Amino acid sequence: MELFLQQLFNGIMFGSTYAIVALGLTLVMGILNIPNFAHGHLYMLGGYCLFFFAGTLGLGYWAGMVLSVAALGLVGVLMEKFVYRPLNDQPHINAFIAAVGSLLFLESFALVVWGPQGLRIPNPHPQAIELLGITMSVQRLLVIIGAIVLIAGLHLFMKKTIAGATIEAVAQNREGAMLTGINVNRVSAMTFAISTGTAAVAASLISPIFMLSPSMGAILGMKAFVIVILGGMGSVPGAILGGYLLGLIEALGGGYISAAYKDVFAFAALILILSIKPTGLFGKREV
Amino acid sequence: MFTKPIHTKLLYLVILAAALLLPWYVPDAYIFQIVTMSVIFAISTSGMNLILGYTGQVTLAHGAFFGIGAYGVAIMTKAGISFWLALPASALISAFIGLLIGLPTLRTRGAYFAIVTLCFGVIVWIVSGNWIELTGGHNGIFGIPRPSAIPVPFFGEITFFTQTGMYYLSLAFLLIVLFALHRLVYSVFGLTFMAVRNNEPLADSVGINTFTTKLVSFVAGNFIAGIAGGLYAAIIGAVSPTAAGYMMTFNFLIFVILGGMATLSGPVVGAFAIPIIMEFMQFLEDFRMLIFGALLILVIIYFPMGLVGGLRRLNEKVVAWRQRKTTESGHASS
Amino acid sequence: MLRVESLTKRFYGLVAVHELSFDIKKGEILAIIGPNGAGKSTVFNLITGTLKPTSGRIYIEDQEITGLRPYKVASKGISRTFQTTSLFDQLRVIDNLMIGYKWRTGLGFWNTLLHTPAWKAYQTEAYKRSMETLDFLGLADKSDYFVPALSQEEQKRLAIGIALVCKPRILLLDEPTGGLIQEETERVTDLIRRVRDNGTTVCLIEHKMQMIMGLVDRIVVLNYGKKIADGSPDEVKSDQAVIQAYLGGEVNA
Repeated sequence: MELFLQQLFNGIMFGSTYAIVALGLTLVMGILNIPNFAHGHLYMLGGYCLFFFAGTLGLGYWAGMVLSVAALGLVGVLMEKFVYRPLNDQPHINAFIAAVGSLLFLESFALVVWGPQGLRIPNPHPQAIELLGITMSVQRLLVIIGAIVLIAGLHLFMKKTIAGATIEAVAQNREGAMLTGINVNRVSAMTFAISTGTAAVAASLISPIFMLSPSMGAILGMKAFVIVILGGMGSVPGAILGGYLLGLIEALGGGYISAAYKDVFAFAALILILSIKPTGLFGKREV
Repeated sequence: MFTKPIHTKLLYLVILAAALLLPWYVPDAYIFQIVTMSVIFAISTSGMNLILGYTGQVTLAHGAFFGIGAYGVAIMTKAGISFWLALPASALISAFIGLLIGLPTLRTRGAYFAIVTLCFGVIVWIVSGNWIELTGGHNGIFGIPRPSAIPVPFFGEITFFTQTGMYYLSLAFLLIVLFALHRLVYSVFGLTFMAVRNNEPLADSVGINTFTTKLVSFVAGNFIAGIAGGLYAAIIGAVSPTAAGYMMTFNFLIFVILGGMATLSGPVVGAFAIPIIMEFMQFLEDFRMLIFGALLILVIIYFPMGLVGGLRRLNEKVVAWRQRKTTESGHASS
Repeated sequence: MLRVESLTKRFYGLVAVHELSFDIKKGEILAIIGPNGAGKSTVFNLITGTLKPTSGRIYIEDQEITGLRPYKVASKGISRTFQTTSLFDQLRVIDNLMIGYKWRTGLGFWNTLLHTPAWKAYQTEAYKRSMETLDFLGLADKSDYFVPALSQEEQKRLAIGIALVCKPRILLLDEPTGGLIQEETERVTDLIRRVRDNGTTVCLIEHKMQMIMGLVDRIVVLNYGKKIADGSPDEVKSDQAVIQAYLGGEVNA
């Protein structure tokens, strides 16, 4: 029972990370219809930015997190403007290839600047709490709470502000939004900034618990894709639900079945489900 | 219908002669090894080009199918099966697994296929590193035997114990693959690949089974990747998960895009030029991938047809300019 | 020749086509007209299998083709063009036509790879038929051009040619003269007439009333996905329901 609860807790924590990262990815895919293969690598860059601001510059954890989010937001805007916007009216596969190029660029950037060895960010909240017989470190709890706050905040932003409404409008009908005078380019840039910014939040929350490495984004980014496809492309609730679900499946599967193949479950599930239902679990039917 | 001008044919003959004579003017064993690898990468990249360049399906599992071919040959030859049987068997396994992956995913359009192939690539990579009984885990498989000699009546036999022998073997396979691709691509059947890439709804409406077309392209491309992987295993004598990793896929992608999508020579040019350039840039270490990542983005934005496509366009411009020139001078003299 | 029986298509509760029945007779030119959003293009998409009908049946010469995939429908001898001129714009003119002829041949993977005698025969046949079609379209001298080098009218002709090259039994044309000026419209109209004279049944969607009246044998009028009239141009012109629909449409606009 205790093992189960412990795995449950870990599952929710990993699920929180997956949910945030998948959320950012689904927003970009809904708007631009481009699979941003570099999304996981932007998350990785967010972790390193935290290391730079909080560790190297010694600005402290919270200031480092804010700066990391801001830096990644900027990276998102630049990426939209210089990588994806020029490819808007070209065949779709060109944007896919540019996404792979960005991924290679970001991974080698981290490799060149910070080296291949793992880096550790000192855990700002090393205390632990005992509850129901399981130990929870404060930082791990913070991941869970932070994710809930972020998701609630984003929900309010999307539903209550005009900027949020324009994102939804563009996602639903790009041409229509353009006709009503929405600056689609600005909305795309803003969406990208939100997407990369939230990835930086996720990275900042979880990286004090684990080591940083240039390759840490690759697998996570792909899992985010699995979640987005299964949850329905562009669907925000699908991404959140899928994120938590995957976290739980992995924690329980990894704990009870096989730890070495923990990462394979998600991908195998994807291929299986797509063979049965090609539009994903909650995907809209093609018209 | 599909003929080439005579000077292009001559150029190809010169290149072929240069390739055949290569062991005589490249005595450096290290560089020779790089060139041999380039031949193998050119085979594999040509397969990727069929799927990506001609049919327009972004496959991100090409390294995995290359790896399946490599592990296939490694495992089978270590079990005592002849290389000459193991190679086609491995390529067929690659093709068959490609069929299994393509069946559910090629019905969808857009991003699904790219994402699923990327995920499949990761599965193969993780499995190759963890299934220790079959793949030797992260250490891989060592001591893969070289192909056995082929007896030739009245002549003796062709042996493959030397690097040179393996080079010619790879070159022979590259020529066969290019010959087959040439037949496929320059034909009405080949046009259907491009029709799917160019306008899938229209292709569908003129009676082309677009799903089958994509599937044939994907399976054939993976078969070619399997052959290349099998040769790789025999030449290196060892395989490890890097041979099946996604960096392998990205290398092939760089060769295709920088060399030139949807041209037969583009992937070959890419597979030869880029490893050699990388070799000269050795001192840059990790900066190299930084440069190639950025280059991939720049090329796809500004020169989506790559080096060969760019040269071709330049040639067209020169021809047009010459034609203008001759008509002008014709007018002047008359 | 082609028969549509109580065809219905719903999109998320919206009814695009409602209990529609009509037939196309061999050798005629039939026009489907109606105000914007009447469901005309949807009818084409249902016939050709691009969309699956919610209910109803479609037959060609008493053979049911309801819900077949588009490429299967094409191989039953039903060709179509699209509302926005749809071509293989990365390829040459002649390539476009040879792709259109491909399903008539056995030009598959193995035949092509092995260069069998059958391959050679089919390849020659495809080329011949394509050049013949180009002659018919008046584009023979442009066979080696890339598509973007053609004028708008030439592209419209080529789109018809791609559908025509495989000798279909029925040709469905979705606004074949959309966006063309008067002179060009007349030339394309003439082309359509010649297509019919060569024995292909034609069904077209159009907005240009003047053009239709002089060209077609029969008109089916749709409004809100329902058939409101079916008859010769003269009958339709004086039909009360049609006048109502069109006047109503104009008042709304």
